[in-house]
Amino acid sequence: MTTSSNQPVPDSSTVQADMLEFLAKRTGTAWAADADVFGSGGLSSLFAMELVVHLETSYGIAIRGGDLRLENFRTVRRMAALVDRLRQPAPGGSGGSGA
Amino acid sequence: MAAESGTPGAGRRLAVLGAGVMGSGIAALAVGHGVAVSLIDPDRQRLDAAPASVDHQVRTARLMGALPDEAVPGALVTCPSLADLPTADGTAPTAVIEAVTEDADAKAKVLAEVSALVAPGTPIISNTSSIPIDELALAMARPVDLIGTHFMNPPYLIRTVEVIRGTHTGEATLEALRALLAALHRQPIVVRDAPGFVTSRILHPMINDAVRVVAAGTASAESVDGLMRGCLGHPTGPLRTADLIGLDNLVDSLWVLHRRTGDEGCRPCDVLLEMVRAGHLGRKSGRGFYEYEGEQA
Repeated sequence: MTTSSNQPVPDSSTVQADMLEFLAKRTGTAWAADADVFGSGGLSSLFAMELVVHLETSYGIAIRGGDLRLENFRTVRRMAALVDRLRQPAPGGSGGSGA
Repeated sequence: MAAESGTPGAGRRLAVLGAGVMGSGIAALAVGHGVAVSLIDPDRQRLDAAPASVDHQVRTARLMGALPDEAVPGALVTCPSLADLPTADGTAPTAVIEAVTEDADAKAKVLAEVSALVAPGTPIISNTSSIPIDELALAMARPVDLIGTHFMNPPYLIRTVEVIRGTHTGEATLEALRALLAALHRQPIVVRDAPGFVTSRILHPMINDAVRVVAAGTASAESVDGLMRGCLGHPTGPLRTADLIGLDNLVDSLWVLHRRTGDEGCRPCDVLLEMVRAGHLGRKSGRGFYEYEGEQA
């Protein structure tokens, strides 16, 4: 999926649905939107970076700096919230900065 | 990029020889801790892919909370030739880490070349999972400057590093490596030289046995790993660990152990050899005992 400024911005529920589908396909398991994907019996934490890259390429966002925290990717709901935030027009500059 | 105060690796420049899985992983660990790195590999394709791989690993390390918050990333320079080493960015390297393929002859050749190029007293660190350091020291102009490390994969996540002190390794070389590892927030455990040192001597025959158990039909790879995790506290299970090591590297290491110890338990089992022949090398090739579709090594 490609995105540009004149395309409709997917709302949070669309992102959640997309991510649930992606996770189900990649793991062979159905997930709930608020399930801890890295919790007991869940995914390897090394999979987290795959989620980051998937979100970046799917929604045309750059996840950088302080946003690169495992907590932001622990549940599908949190991932969707992050996408929402990073897709907002940045008031006074871009969101992610710093090392 | 100038490293600032508060960045643990400030002022150091590390030369890493070999941009494979371990070379790029060690480079990422260093860059993430503010150490400038010259990454050298004659394989143009591998060298061209290295900056993206290092960046991906630094971001992963950041994501996992494995880097100090204050660290300003070190600069990464790539060069195709060892001859560029002394002047890669105008300063001499503080230390050199050799991380070429796990083959004694290939390592000896690179070590001979590099020890002729750098100033005496520059620590030359051979990263190997099993080749005895005393054997590699034979290729060195100054064996006193040579020391071994066995970083685990991925280096940015695993804090303990096996350090191998060879018979000829100097005290200053050991201390310089300790200081470097401290700047990288790694915890060294120093051991004496032997084939496979400690971790590979114990782990690699155990993985070989795990593959034999699967080949005999006793249990699936998932069950073997599940039991080793659930009952014995192994963090990933031996077969997933094998995928992470790379099955080709594992086979190379088992041969090193078998030839030098005579232990038949170290002879790589047929299934392992077949998987390597078929190109199923583990995570880095997308398939080993598990599938890794879409994952970047």
